[in-house]
Amino acid sequence: MNETSLFDDYGPMVGFDEMYAGPVSGPAVRDEYGAIHEAFRSMGDDEIRVRADALASSYLDQGVTFGVAGEERPFPLDIVPRVIEAADWRHVDLGVQQRVKALEAFLADVYGPGELFNDGVVPRETVVTSPHYHRVVAGLEPANGVRVHVAGVDLIRDGEGNFRVLEDNVRVPSGVSYVMTNRRALSGALPEVFADHRIRPVQQYSRNLLAGLRAASPAGVSDPTVVVLTPGVYNSAYFEHTLLARTMGVELVEPRDLVCQGGRVLMRTTRGLEPVHVIYRRIDDDFIDPAQFRPDSMLGVPGLVTAARAGNVTIANAIGNGVADDKLLYTYVPDLIRYYLSEEPILRNVDTWRMGEAEQREEVLDRLDELVLKPVDGSGGKGIVIGPAASPAELDELRAKIHADPRAWIAQPVISLSTVPTLVEQGIRPRHVDLRPFAVNTGDDVHVLPGGLTRVALPEGELIVNSSRGGGSKDTWVLADPLVDPDPLDEVAIEEPEVSRRDKTRKDKPRSGVAQLQSQAQGAQTQTQGAQTQGAPTIDGQVV
Amino acid sequence: MLSRIAESLFWIGRYLERADDTARILDVELQVLVEDPMVDEEHSCRQLLKVMGVEELPSVVNRWTVLDLLAHNPDSYSSIASTVDAARENARGARETLSTDMWAAINTMWRGLPSARAMRSTDMFAWVRNRTAMIAGIADSTMTRDEGWQFFVLGRSIERVDMTARLLSTASLAGETQLAWPTTLRACGAYEAFIRAYRGVEADSLAAEFLLLDRWFPRSVVSALVEAEKALSTLEAGGQRSGFSDEGLRLLGRARTELEYRPLAEIVYDLPTEMERLQRSCAAASEAVTSRYFSLAESRVWSEGVTL
Repeated sequence: MNETSLFDDYGPMVGFDEMYAGPVSGPAVRDEYGAIHEAFRSMGDDEIRVRADALASSYLDQGVTFGVAGEERPFPLDIVPRVIEAADWRHVDLGVQQRVKALEAFLADVYGPGELFNDGVVPRETVVTSPHYHRVVAGLEPANGVRVHVAGVDLIRDGEGNFRVLEDNVRVPSGVSYVMTNRRALSGALPEVFADHRIRPVQQYSRNLLAGLRAASPAGVSDPTVVVLTPGVYNSAYFEHTLLARTMGVELVEPRDLVCQGGRVLMRTTRGLEPVHVIYRRIDDDFIDPAQFRPDSMLGVPGLVTAARAGNVTIANAIGNGVADDKLLYTYVPDLIRYYLSEEPILRNVDTWRMGEAEQREEVLDRLDELVLKPVDGSGGKGIVIGPAASPAELDELRAKIHADPRAWIAQPVISLSTVPTLVEQGIRPRHVDLRPFAVNTGDDVHVLPGGLTRVALPEGELIVNSSRGGGSKDTWVLADPLVDPDPLDEVAIEEPEVSRRDKTRKDKPRSGVAQLQSQAQGAQTQTQGAQTQGAPTIDGQVV
Repeated sequence: MLSRIAESLFWIGRYLERADDTARILDVELQVLVEDPMVDEEHSCRQLLKVMGVEELPSVVNRWTVLDLLAHNPDSYSSIASTVDAARENARGARETLSTDMWAAINTMWRGLPSARAMRSTDMFAWVRNRTAMIAGIADSTMTRDEGWQFFVLGRSIERVDMTARLLSTASLAGETQLAWPTTLRACGAYEAFIRAYRGVEADSLAAEFLLLDRWFPRSVVSALVEAEKALSTLEAGGQRSGFSDEGLRLLGRARTELEYRPLAEIVYDLPTEMERLQRSCAAASEAVTSRYFSLAESRVWSEGVTL
């Protein structure tokens, strides 16, 4: 049997391939992929296929699914992992933290004093014309100042391999459950490959999320009841909702389980009505409270906004956040970072033209067939027109739409997303990927989960990787930096159960990699000491 | 625990037990039809469908219509297919409260149903019995003994009483055949236990007694009633000095004592009628549990929710 056949005919590579630094024929495998490449080559084709099949059927039995048009579909997990080396990750981690902090400041300003308008950073009109701007929550001060409890920032790697921000998701970013299930499934499928790497774990996410949600509890509630609010079993991300509730150990409620009385939110239990303090909601703003938004919404809980306004319940993420992931606002984020944080953006945006501005519009309309046009309030790849792939008729239609409502569109150059080897019918082939890292903001810190969801476009050449378009996923490995990261296995194992206290210890932790290594060495001598110092998750971001 | 989740667990218990028992009942019926040439197929099948609560009977009734209506047809509420579907749907809605293993076991059974339906009938029934036993075992060893567990056991036990009552009716309605009781005992996995308990004496009334009243045999009506009562009293916080304030508990207790303290001859004299009474008690108990613990989940009053 020819052991190398699955990798034969790999290519042609367009743009940046994350495994191969050069032609496949040459010895051009990037360092971080060396062991994986070797493992796959020595495993042999049949073995790879057998393991991939086992992976798929384990997902079916566990019901790891994604809903598409009301139908449950398995969420494909590719057997080839994606690897991000420590230094690259440090950059991403810091960049995401920075972005989340800037967006928090922006939202506080928009729903508060509105200083950015007076200082001319963003036109007031740009914000208030966003369909996601909700005047109803203006002046509503969240308990610990956090509006973005969870963020998912979509990144891509451009032709040079630089990470760039494609969009921000600070409403109800989804996908983190697959980060956790992918890891567990792949470690079962490729145990020996895992053993050759030091991969930073991801299972601590639920604990961080719960810590973030508890930190956001209304004033005066010492032991808050946290719930996850789902629209129900027919929602596309229902699997995720169940996983988050289960791993946090909290109730997963549907709107019909909740009732608002006297400005409080209660849930219906076998022992009567019981109070709820923090709602991690996975329902969009428009549907969450029929008393405030769409009166026809059967998904909502009437009175929720009133309860939040009364300070009796925290809704996470906050209502009205959508104004920060409006794609038009995206074009201003670098300015927001400079304005609020007095820092230069760490992660660059993709170059973007605003169709609302006449000069930029003219330029774009001339080059419509070379660019990607996106509706500013679309999600899931809906409405996107890729110029080079569009017919003249489609471009004419697009042109008319832009003229009719210029604010509704932005344009970006076609970026060749980076590729990662992926097992498809023909063998292992380059497929385009993006990356959605997840961040939790506790108010004191922004924790970025190492890695995130790598979505892969399974059809050849396809650039849209969304799950609703039949995309797959990859387990994403962030390699531990031996100088900085504590042993990745210890990170999860020794965390203290008491969440809020652990957050306090975190601030006292040593600030440099060397100091941490020393403290680890000391910690090894006494049990209790070890638990305290090693218990703090990695601080690689702060070392730089 | 959320009322909705409690209700789902109750019904997961009921549906899984129903799938299991339906497979057992069909197994008896088909064996009798195959092995005893004297049985009137049409009559026996009609009786069975009636006992199983199928209201509208097709013009022609034979073993194939029985198999369709009680095993394969997803549109027939009494079929194994729709029962497994319903169990899985409830499990999906309560997924975060089930143990991962239990969810996977239920989901795997649901996924495997199409291929099981392609098997020979007896193999399919064995498959259903094995799968439900596996789920019960996994539930037993992985579910924490909280309220959810009590509702699960309660649902399973009430359903077992109800279905065993139907099974007994089927056996007694089968009429002259010599095979009905031994086959029924076998379907319950009780044949050897019965033979040992009665030292080889085989008599119809004794078989009925065993399946109704034996306190040691887990599938007997009395055992299942005791289980259900235990679950309900655990759910009832505090406990009562006298009497029973819980309607469900009262109904189940009365059903059990009526079986235990009446002469057996009186019960088996008109077994089908007695069994129908038992089923009505089950339905009433189920309703009492619903209105006490789950009714909050049903009401959805919009105006009440809006605070000004």
